Amino acid sequence: MTTTTTAADIVEKSIISNSIPLSTVEVTRDTYKGKIDPDWCPGCGDFSVLTAMQKVLSELGRQPHEVITISGIGCSSNLPGFINTYGMHTLHGRSLAVATGVKMANHELTVLVTGGDGDGFGIGGNHFLHTMRRNVDLTYIVMDNQIYGLTTGQTSPTSALGMETKSTPEGNLENPINPIPLAMVGGATFVARAYSGQQTHLVDILKQAINHKGFSLVDVFSPCVTYNKDNTYQWFKSRVKKLEDSDHDRTDFHSALDKGYMWGDEIPIGVFWQREDLPTLNDLEPVLDEGGPLAYRTLGISKKQSDRLMAEMM
Amino acid sequence: MTKKQGASTDNKPLVDFAVGIGGAAGQGIATPGNILARIFARRGLNLHAYNAYQSLIRGGHTFLTIRASDGPVRSMGDSLDVMVPLNQDTMDRHLAVMPPGSSVIYDERKITPGDTPEGVQLCPLPIKELVSGNKLAANTVAVAVVLNMLGIEFDDLADALELIFSRKGEAVVESNREIAQRGYDYAADNFSAFPYKAPRLSKRLAVVTGNEAVGMGALAAGVKFYAAYPMSPSTGVLMYMAKHARELGIMVRQVEDEIGVMNMIIGAAHAGCRAMCATSGGGFALMTEAIGMSGMIETPIVCIDVQRAGPATGVPTKTEQGDLWQLLGAGQGDYPKFIVAPVSQTDLFNTIPELFNLTDRYQCPGLVLSDLLISEGTSTVDPDDLNWQPVIDRGQMIFPNGNTNDNPYGGYNDNEYLRYANTETGISPRAVPGVPGHIHVAASDEHDEDGTLISDEFTNPRKRRMMVEKRARKMDTVLDAIDPPELVGSNDAAATLVGFGSTWGVVLEAIEKLASENNIIVNQLHVKWIVPFHADAISSILAESQKIIIVENNYSGQFARYLRSETGIKGDAYIRKYDGEPFMPHHIVDGVKALLEGETDLYVPTHEMMV
Repeated sequence: MTTTTTAADIVEKSIISNSIPLSTVEVTRDTYKGKIDPDWCPGCGDFSVLTAMQKVLSELGRQPHEVITISGIGCSSNLPGFINTYGMHTLHGRSLAVATGVKMANHELTVLVTGGDGDGFGIGGNHFLHTMRRNVDLTYIVMDNQIYGLTTGQTSPTSALGMETKSTPEGNLENPINPIPLAMVGGATFVARAYSGQQTHLVDILKQAINHKGFSLVDVFSPCVTYNKDNTYQWFKSRVKKLEDSDHDRTDFHSALDKGYMWGDEIPIGVFWQREDLPTLNDLEPVLDEGGPLAYRTLGISKKQSDRLMAEMM
Repeated sequence: MTKKQGASTDNKPLVDFAVGIGGAAGQGIATPGNILARIFARRGLNLHAYNAYQSLIRGGHTFLTIRASDGPVRSMGDSLDVMVPLNQDTMDRHLAVMPPGSSVIYDERKITPGDTPEGVQLCPLPIKELVSGNKLAANTVAVAVVLNMLGIEFDDLADALELIFSRKGEAVVESNREIAQRGYDYAADNFSAFPYKAPRLSKRLAVVTGNEAVGMGALAAGVKFYAAYPMSPSTGVLMYMAKHARELGIMVRQVEDEIGVMNMIIGAAHAGCRAMCATSGGGFALMTEAIGMSGMIETPIVCIDVQRAGPATGVPTKTEQGDLWQLLGAGQGDYPKFIVAPVSQTDLFNTIPELFNLTDRYQCPGLVLSDLLISEGTSTVDPDDLNWQPVIDRGQMIFPNGNTNDNPYGGYNDNEYLRYANTETGISPRAVPGVPGHIHVAASDEHDEDGTLISDEFTNPRKRRMMVEKRARKMDTVLDAIDPPELVGSNDAAATLVGFGSTWGVVLEAIEKLASENNIIVNQLHVKWIVPFHADAISSILAESQKIIIVENNYSGQFARYLRSETGIKGDAYIRKYDGEPFMPHHIVDGVKALLEGETDLYVPTHEMMV
């Protein structure tokens, strides 16, 4: 394999491309259109989530290079390729751990994490819990379709009891996780649910989540039209009820918990819980108090510092 | 390998003595150990301290060996000159192996000696009278006695007590000083001193563990993000980093598990930090999928595996060189990585910045193969051998530094920048997130030059081949960046001892003993860089060897198999130890003698000390 490009050429080119004035660029929804089109099945709920994210980012006026979208593995985790922000497509279940590292290294970035229910609540469950308790300032958008789609239809941690899937042909024996109370008890400071069938509402919720300082979870019902024949658009349509249409107080923990547990003929969507009095992990880290992003700082330590370290050893 | 000392030296050291302190965990062995180590190092003596301990906090048997000399000290040595048993169990375990001329110091009320070997001086102490109520100072008495017998001035002990106890207040220092003086005088009046005096040399030395050396090396290298999950015997790195994080502007995170650790440091590294972690074999096993991601997305990280005896939980407090193939095979698929096995505490320090430069230049993971022996083991280090201001080479990176908010950027939807450009060298300039105009996805799925996934919709066997070859090609020139191993010792030798990593010092000492005490000349080929491997250089050295003896601290001969896989060289004989304890020089001496006699091709020494 021979090529003529050298590394030096690319560095040279990037210096040139860095010299176009930023002020000439206007941010619209199309700004956030990715290089390639989504490869999801026609009708997949994830399309709506992607569009909502693009809308929110343009409405917030974020520059694409100030945002990073980090995912795990699964159908919905392909999203970073479809949105024009910095992106990482990491390992199955590990997006939140990677995202914590990114946020700590550059706390000026807007960090969005996307993935599915299997990725986040199954294989990634441990990181989910600990990222919440740390109150890492990021937005976690779970496209929850209650099924493993990319592996062609096995049960997921949010699959309903009794659900027939390819791995539970006689019906699922295990109780599902309810991410809303789990996140509240786990320490998330913004906990919401949305539905990809109601995009205007979804946009509103995502905007609040991104603006929230701290860990925000948006669990989005995002129907899998291919492998989940139970939890369809039709199924959700009659059940989802906006909390905003009720007198729900998102600062009342116990009431929010009760609402979070509601499941059946009526399933609430909206912001269940928010608290703004807790500092984020990067607020708490004295190392980030001044000096800008850790990632951009000068490396190494001074002679004075190393002399002091050596003195301890003498 | 810094400061490679030759196998033969005419300058015989004036002193070379070893002190063993043993008792139950919780009896306070660390403090007298620290006091002795500081005093020896401040006199300019080299030392090596190894603590044989168990996985419990109270009870059991812990045995600390401190060996010091004005010459090089590269191992715990072969025998003890002084033993301080703090309980009966320690006395019972080790009295029988004390050699003639040695001394045993103990509390006459608590401990009774059994059958005492000929020539061993028993030094019973009336501890109760000497400490006059301050029971905590019992060990201080023992230290004072040892120092008196070694001819070390009392002022040195007074200084060390001040250093160690000052944080507990002047009263504690003063009480310890008075008690120490009584012990010191009691020894002068009642016991025979050693026939030599510990000399005082002009240069003070530093006392460091390998874990501290790794932390110090990381600070010098510019590590900004350190994450870990506590795991013996690697936890010392976490504690060192955490202790200094605030003052030096470094972020340290204790993460929920090692999977999280590796993924988190990859995130921090991807954003532009130098990021590092340390663990032991079990934690490393959890990290391996993510280490593959570091290779795939070409985000450099450094991870230290401080090996302990495996498999599974194994023996958490005992040493082994048993993870070689785990590191070689870490992560599925083919991807470039570095594996380096430093040989000493000083070498650990200096290897970390060197490895970061390599991983930044070649954009791949760097793995350090250390072990309990050198990482928890303590050694003196000459401060002049530690380079605190190493060259920092970050390779081809693109940072937004210098760009302010109203500074230029090259637009979004940038299709020009190719993060994974298929360059001649395989190395593609790496823009970190936040740089305008360089938006891309870093994907653990196979991807095209621009980061687009070619794992599903756009699969393409030609592109897949191109990307595999691009990543692999990075290593085409890498051997030039790394020193080949060298043969140390006589060219006319009966055998060549081949080893890797932490056994460097003990093998060298064994070679010296074989020459001086047995008139057997063998030489040494010690390998530090495992990947990349200087196969040609090693092959040509070993082609001249009379007999290749491969020495390693594991059961199956992991290094022997690796050497064979890379060079086709099988080796002629093997010395292997896998009982959890490190080699002592005589284990290798005896092994070489047996192997040269041709009785066997595999020698497995017995560890005499029951620790």
